[in-house]
Amino acid sequence: MAGGAVPDRVPRLPRGVRLHDDRVRACRVLLGPERALMLDEVGAAILDEVDGMQSLSVISARLAARYLAPEAEIRADVEVFLTDLAERRLVEWSDA
Amino acid sequence: MPEGVLPPPPPPIALLAELTHRCPLSCPYCSNPTELVARAAELDTAEWVRLFREAAEMGVLQLHLSGGEPASRRDLETLVAEARSAGLYVNLVTSGIGLTEARLDRLEAAGLDHVQLSLQGVRADISDRIGGLTGGFERKIAVARSVVARGLPLTLNAVMHRQNLDDLEATIALAVELGARRIEVACVQFHGWAMLNRGALMPTREQTDRAKRIVADARDRLRGRLVIDFVPPDWHADLPKACMGGWGSTGLNIAPDGTVLPCHGAASIPGLVFPNVRQVSLAWAWAESAAFNAFRGTAWMPEPCRSCDRRAVDHGGCRCQAMAVLGDARAPDPVCRRTPGRAALDRLLADALASDSGLTMRAPPR
Repeated sequence: MAGGAVPDRVPRLPRGVRLHDDRVRACRVLLGPERALMLDEVGAAILDEVDGMQSLSVISARLAARYLAPEAEIRADVEVFLTDLAERRLVEWSDA
Repeated sequence: MPEGVLPPPPPPIALLAELTHRCPLSCPYCSNPTELVARAAELDTAEWVRLFREAAEMGVLQLHLSGGEPASRRDLETLVAEARSAGLYVNLVTSGIGLTEARLDRLEAAGLDHVQLSLQGVRADISDRIGGLTGGFERKIAVARSVVARGLPLTLNAVMHRQNLDDLEATIALAVELGARRIEVACVQFHGWAMLNRGALMPTREQTDRAKRIVADARDRLRGRLVIDFVPPDWHADLPKACMGGWGSTGLNIAPDGTVLPCHGAASIPGLVFPNVRQVSLAWAWAESAAFNAFRGTAWMPEPCRSCDRRAVDHGGCRCQAMAVLGDARAPDPVCRRTPGRAALDRLLADALASDSGLTMRAPPR
């Protein structure tokens, strides 16, 4: 990764927020306080990478490799998705 | 599909389990019915555990363990552990009274996901007066601090009305100071006990308008720190709320004796026979029972709801409110200014605002 011009951050699911396999609706769900967000394939793929250790850059690179897509584009999408969840206190950021 | 037959309902997302109607508080707006269930009639541990498994199999994701005060049940820790092992997200809806450190230790170990703590007021004087328990506020705050110190997510459920809505800014500030992740600014909805006390609790129009501005400002200012959910006082609204997201569409309640209800207030509606899990499965109650199908879809609706452009938005509003105000659960929600029932609601509203009656506190179960 190039010299850290863009600060990297590590997303994690705070306690009380977790991913759930919904067998009845055949989807993944993000469960938190008074919230149940049904995830599409993209949302589930991002949150499956959120383990509290991998940084935004690492997660983006992995997803870019898996979906054969430009890393910058993936990173922008991942950041928007996780920032929205952070504003709803379903994701927390820490410094890389 | 034959004409006149409803499609099967989507699976419910949330189950509110009223484990008991026993409670150390006696709030005059309690959401329990005015006819409380006695301890001897409560479902036992095994019955609740069976229900949690049935609920998870049906597609329920969120379990709200409520009451009364759920900590009045000595098997609360067992119920939390069993609900978690059934795959449910377990939320404890509590007054905080009775939650000692030792009990919180055990609930945490059992896998409790989230604590929703009720708040009757932002200071001891009003909190203890509304809750009817001296020292209650101090104990609540201690529980809030302990929950946050453990790293468990905390929601403050601030129940607001004429006597405390002017403290809204201080209430939000308290949530921030305590480290709550979320606050529900839950303005009292006027059914049951609250309807009896409307003369003391009905907020003014000015309080309501100010509360909306305070919430909008706080949401902006506290984005990413505090999630704010707001239930406005609907008697000051022009259009009805989408009560429960529609009758029998997203969630269900189980009363302490096993009666299955679409919402807290539904038992107030005469003529409906609510199923009981001592006789039927939860899945049957949800999908097949006449009571759960009574107000699904649009075929039940009277005019002007049936041809209204908002019928899929608010589903005709709240059935219990139509019952309480108009004496007819099939009528349009009288909050709606497009309906003739609004005149009756306006008369009750004016009377309530002109009144300064004292509080009738909730009585204990027999």
